[in-house]
Amino acid sequence: MTRQTQGAPDAREVVLAARNVAKSYGNVHALKGVNFDIHRGQVTTLFGENGAGKSTLMKILSGVIQPTTGQIILDGQPVSFANANEARDRGISIIHQELSLAPNLSVRDNIFMGRELRGPMGVDFAAEERQVRALMEELEEEIDPLTPVEELRLGQQQIVEIARALSVDSRILIMDEPTSALSASEVEVLFKVIRDLTARGVSIVYISHHLEEALTITDHAVVLRDGTMTAYAPRADIDLDWIVRNMVGENYDLGQPPDSDKREVALSIRNLSVPDATGKDLVRGLSLDVRAGEIVCIYGLMGAGRTELLETCAGRLRATGGEIVLEGQEISHLSIAERIARGLALVPEDRQRDGLVQTMSVGQNLSLASIRNFTRGLFTSSRAERKLIDDSIRSVTVKTSGGAAPIGSLSGGNQQKVVIGKMLATRPRVIMLDEPSRGIDIGAKAEVFRLLAEGARQGLAVLYSTSEVSECLSIAHRIIVMHKGRISAEFDSTVSKEKIMAASGESVAA
Amino acid sequence: MSATTTAPKQDGFSIGRLLLEGRAFFALIAIIAVFSFLSPNYFTLSNLLIMSSQVAIYGILSVGMLLVILNGGIDLSVGSILALCGVCAGAMMQGVTLDFAGVILYPPVWAVVVLTVAIGALVGALNGVLVAFFKVPPFVATLGVMYVARGVALLMTNGLTYNNLRGQEALGNTGFNWLGFNRLWGIPISVIVLAVVATLAGLMLSRSAFGRWLYASGGNERAAELSGVPTRRVKITVYTVSGALAAVAGLVLASQLTSAGPTAGTTYELTAIAAVVIGGAALTGGRGGVRGTMLGAFVIGFLSAGLVIIGVSSYWQTVFTGAVIVLAVLMNSIQYGRGGRKT
Ligand SMILES: Nc1ncnc2c1ncn2[C@@H]1O[C@H](COP(=O)(O)OP(=O)(O)OP(=O)(O)O)[C@@H](O)[C@H]1O
Ligand SMILES: [Mg+2]
Repeated sequence: MTRQTQGAPDAREVVLAARNVAKSYGNVHALKGVNFDIHRGQVTTLFGENGAGKSTLMKILSGVIQPTTGQIILDGQPVSFANANEARDRGISIIHQELSLAPNLSVRDNIFMGRELRGPMGVDFAAEERQVRALMEELEEEIDPLTPVEELRLGQQQIVEIARALSVDSRILIMDEPTSALSASEVEVLFKVIRDLTARGVSIVYISHHLEEALTITDHAVVLRDGTMTAYAPRADIDLDWIVRNMVGENYDLGQPPDSDKREVALSIRNLSVPDATGKDLVRGLSLDVRAGEIVCIYGLMGAGRTELLETCAGRLRATGGEIVLEGQEISHLSIAERIARGLALVPEDRQRDGLVQTMSVGQNLSLASIRNFTRGLFTSSRAERKLIDDSIRSVTVKTSGGAAPIGSLSGGNQQKVVIGKMLATRPRVIMLDEPSRGIDIGAKAEVFRLLAEGARQGLAVLYSTSEVSECLSIAHRIIVMHKGRISAEFDSTVSKEKIMAASGESVAA
Repeated sequence: MSATTTAPKQDGFSIGRLLLEGRAFFALIAIIAVFSFLSPNYFTLSNLLIMSSQVAIYGILSVGMLLVILNGGIDLSVGSILALCGVCAGAMMQGVTLDFAGVILYPPVWAVVVLTVAIGALVGALNGVLVAFFKVPPFVATLGVMYVARGVALLMTNGLTYNNLRGQEALGNTGFNWLGFNRLWGIPISVIVLAVVATLAGLMLSRSAFGRWLYASGGNERAAELSGVPTRRVKITVYTVSGALAAVAGLVLASQLTSAGPTAGTTYELTAIAAVVIGGAALTGGRGGVRGTMLGAFVIGFLSAGLVIIGVSSYWQTVFTGAVIVLAVLMNSIQYGRGGRKT
């Protein structure tokens, strides 16, 4: 089925390998007998659709979960890890797809959680702080070691997660979608760090749905599909086409923005200012109109104020000045629920914190925002709800055993699709999406784009925030670039990538 | 030496699962079986009904407590609200003196009941406002209200107890003991009240939008809010309902005892919390149900009644109840610890 490494002339030493590893959860077979090699000092990338089993395999290799059957071989010796700490002691560490930080603790305490540096007087906080500063310098981030993690933006939290893994000095570093919330320049920095690490002999496993990005760093590519390995090849033999073909079996084109005829303004933001906790303005006097049937992309770096802008429109944050007008009516005084009822919906950026209720099932999450709509008298109509759930699962292509499955049993990308599906189910007239493609595979992305384009054709106004230029170009009628809380440029869809990036204040990547 | 782990044995696993999930039910069966074996008087219809009417008080309180706990909160004030409402009902039965008019009003029993429940709801709403609008942690807010309500009850009565709640034929306010003593189709009224309360709460939780909102805001408040759940309204509602149910329990208790004292219901809040926890609800919110809570209430009630019947000292009863609670929490953490993936 696959080319194995034995005898391949360029194959360097295999440090960690999975042999026939399978993992089942009840009737769900997440992995069905996979072989996987990690080579010393090289980057192995793992590609695959949402729910293909990538995270499951990585958790097995790093001791977080145990395989149902199969073997793990470390330096030629079969091993079994009872937990992640045992694997870490053997030099294997992992950056999880979902953040695993303690929000109330500082950056420093998170990075050294569970392995605090001891000094003569208890924990040596000064030494910890020095190390954190050095790490942040290496990652070219201005994050103070003493800030509580909950005050950081999602992307910064991801940086902390990366810093924690780097601080361990492991031989094998597994990165499960480490860049899903990072901007292009931060990804560049991370790749520089990765190159340094591999030069020192550290082996890397890298998972990402940003295929082009992953191709620039990889030495080997492995494709998983439905829990089996479908292809394996060294970098020299592959290109984007090869990955997509092996991942989904067909080619996807994210397409062109749909045609639009100019209609009335659906959402009008006028002179809006939003402060942060210290009173510094994150959004400064911003004005923007979105017409019905129009798809507007907001591009910007982390910290440009995009999330704050959208959360203010949705009603979670309060503005200090300006107006938000939905279809001719000022809505600044309305609650989130009232705004949703009037057709303004937000797909939030952080799915774990703002998007999902972990204690509920897939179906209950999907119907949560629209449950008012099928309440007859006192009770909800369970038939209407089931229909909505089934329709949503199909339309955003959630891979699940059914609406009753716990939300935690879904893969990361499929959880993201639930958040999108939940807000689409409210039948909005204006939908705002904050980095909705985080962690979803290329097929699902195409599907979401198709849904948005279809909605736009029927008069839906779309405000789409992203830090990926290519997304702007393939879906937007109009591209707004935000920089430090203001609109720094506006383009139509024929603009070049470089122009957009330059306007965002980003050094155009080499 | 090999990393191969054996496949889970399907049968053993699912029986374990069944025992784990139905643990409160099996515990209740076990309690009934053991005490029936130890005492011939235990498993008789009349004893079961007597025990049930005692359970009713805790049961009604624990339904309210369940709603609050599902929301991720806790209500320590229910025992005090129970006493305060009992005392208020007692005072109304003795007649309300209106100084300015120079008359003494004797409200009919139905009015006493309505007013008492309204008072309980009002105190509960106070909890809700403190928690939802002033962001006081539920533990602290309800702890404060617990002291205040108890204090007011003591002040109102000067520490004494209203002993005569029967009312007088001439005044048209008889019938207060109906709640505590009468039976309908042979079933004590208090048990019927409990059944009605539990059924309504169960329907609300499983079938209404409000129920879904409650589970959602207890599971992840930020996500619920962003999905359009009116999280503050949900909070205030659950504390209000909990207060109202405490008033109902206060009425039932006062009626059963035909007296209302300001020290009634001390530590009942802890029993209610214990019932909810034994019933499998998570104190972190978002998980649990009425059926479990009812089983929890019956486990506690039937266990302590059984221990009394076979003549175990009340000190041992305390030890047993405590052990059951710890065991229940232990099993909760087993159930929720492995279900789903940790995030
Ligand atoms: N705890 C669990 N219980 C039941 N099923 C699970 C559980 N964890 C994972 N699965 C299932 O295993 C399959 C593989 O999941 P996994 O998280 O490995 O996917 P993935 O390749 O990482 O996807 P993504 O790109 O979306 O992150 C999915 O179908 C998922 O539903
Ligand atoms: Mg994954």
